Amino acid sequence: MAEMDTSSGGGHKKGPGVKKGKKLSTRVDLTPMVDLGFLLITFFIFTTTMSQPTAMKLFLPKDTEKPEDQNKVKASGALTLILAKDNTIFYYEGELLPDGSNFKSTGFKEVRDLIINKKRTTAPDDFVVVIKPTPDATYKNTVDILDEMTINEVKRYALVDIFDVELQLAAKSLQ
Amino acid sequence: MPKVKVPRKSTTIDMTAMCDVAFLLLSFFILTTKFKAPDVLAVTTPKSVSTKAAEQKNVVLITMDKEGKVYFQVADENPDEKAEILDAVAQAKGITLTAQEKAGFARGGAFIGVPFSKLKSYLALTADQVKNYKADGIPVDSSNNELITWIGAANTAFTGKKMNLLVKGDNDAKYPSFKGIIDALKKNEIFKFAMITDPEGVPAGTDLWKTNQNAPANKPATDD
Repeated sequence: MAEMDTSSGGGHKKGPGVKKGKKLSTRVDLTPMVDLGFLLITFFIFTTTMSQPTAMKLFLPKDTEKPEDQNKVKASGALTLILAKDNTIFYYEGELLPDGSNFKSTGFKEVRDLIINKKRTTAPDDFVVVIKPTPDATYKNTVDILDEMTINEVKRYALVDIFDVELQLAAKSLQ
Repeated sequence: MPKVKVPRKSTTIDMTAMCDVAFLLLSFFILTTKFKAPDVLAVTTPKSVSTKAAEQKNVVLITMDKEGKVYFQVADENPDEKAEILDAVAQAKGITLTAQEKAGFARGGAFIGVPFSKLKSYLALTADQVKNYKADGIPVDSSNNELITWIGAANTAFTGKKMNLLVKGDNDAKYPSFKGIIDALKKNEIFKFAMITDPEGVPAGTDLWKTNQNAPANKPATDD
C-alpha cells in the first residue's frame, strides 16, 4: 500500500537453497603498522638535532690611536687575567709590580671566586676585568673566561693583547 | 563431578591505541626535526650559558678547526651574495675565475679554506674531491690576513641587510687564530659578532643565576 519497502535484498526472503554471505571481520591486524611507526620514530629521534646551538655575543672595542680617546681604567679596580697554556690562569690586581710579586696563578675552577671577591671589594664604577690570552691559550679558554664574565655579571671587561713582560713572567712561572 | 570449564582467552591485543601513540609521536618528530647539515669540518664548540639561539638568516660563518685553520662560508640561502663576494674578492686579487670555478663556491655548503694563491685550483675541485682535500685554511697572521678581504667583500655584499657574523671555533683551537679573526673584523669596522656555543646551565649561586631567579622565567637575562 502506501508503505515504503525498506528491507534490502529485493524484499523476498532467501530460500533455503541460497547461501548466506559470510560476515567478514572489519578488524585489521595493526601490528605491522605499529612496527613501522616505531621504526620511523627511532629514525627521526636519531637524526633530529634537539639542542639548537646558541650564540654568544661579543662586542669589540674600537681601536683608537689617540690616547685621549681611550678609556682610562683606574688601576686599583682592575683585575688582569692571563690565560696561559694547560688551562692555567695568571692574575694580578691593579698594576703589575716591577718585581712581579703580585703575579699569581690560579685555575678555571677557582677563577670564579676570585672574580666575585674582586667584584665585592671594589666600587662598581672602577671594577674592570682585563683578559689577556697568551698564544698558548685555546679558544675554549677564551670562551670560558668570557662566559665567566656573563655568569658573574661583570659589566666591563676587555680582551686585550698581552705584553711581553707578562708573557715572560707566565713562561717563567710555568717552568 | 562436573568438568571445570576454563574459558579460553584470546591472545590478540587491540593494537589501535598503540598505533595511535606511535603515529602521534612520529608526526611530532617529523615536524620538529631539523636535519643536521653534513659537517665537512668537524668542530666541537665550547659551552656557554648564553640562551640566545644562533641566527639562521643572512649568515656569514667563520669556522676555526682544532688546528686553528680558518674557513669562510656564506649561508646557502643567500646565493646572490655568495656570488657577489667571490666576484669581489677575485676582482680585488686579480684572479680570473671560470663559470665552472664559480659554481664550486655556489655549491651547497661550500666553504673557502685556502689562501688566494690556491683559490683557483681549489674551486675547480668537485664536491667529492673537496672532502679529501687537505685545506690550508685562510691565512690570518698579522702580516698576511686574507680574511680581511673576505669579510670586507661580505660586508659590501650584504649592504642593506643585516649580516649575521658567526664565529664557530673548536675547543682546541689556539688563541692566535681567534685573534686573527678578531683583527680582520676590526679592520672592517665590525665590532659585533656572535660565537656559536653549546648551551650550558647557569651555575647556582652566581650573580647571573640570582638575576635569572628574580627575572621572569621566560626572559633570562643572559645577553644584556
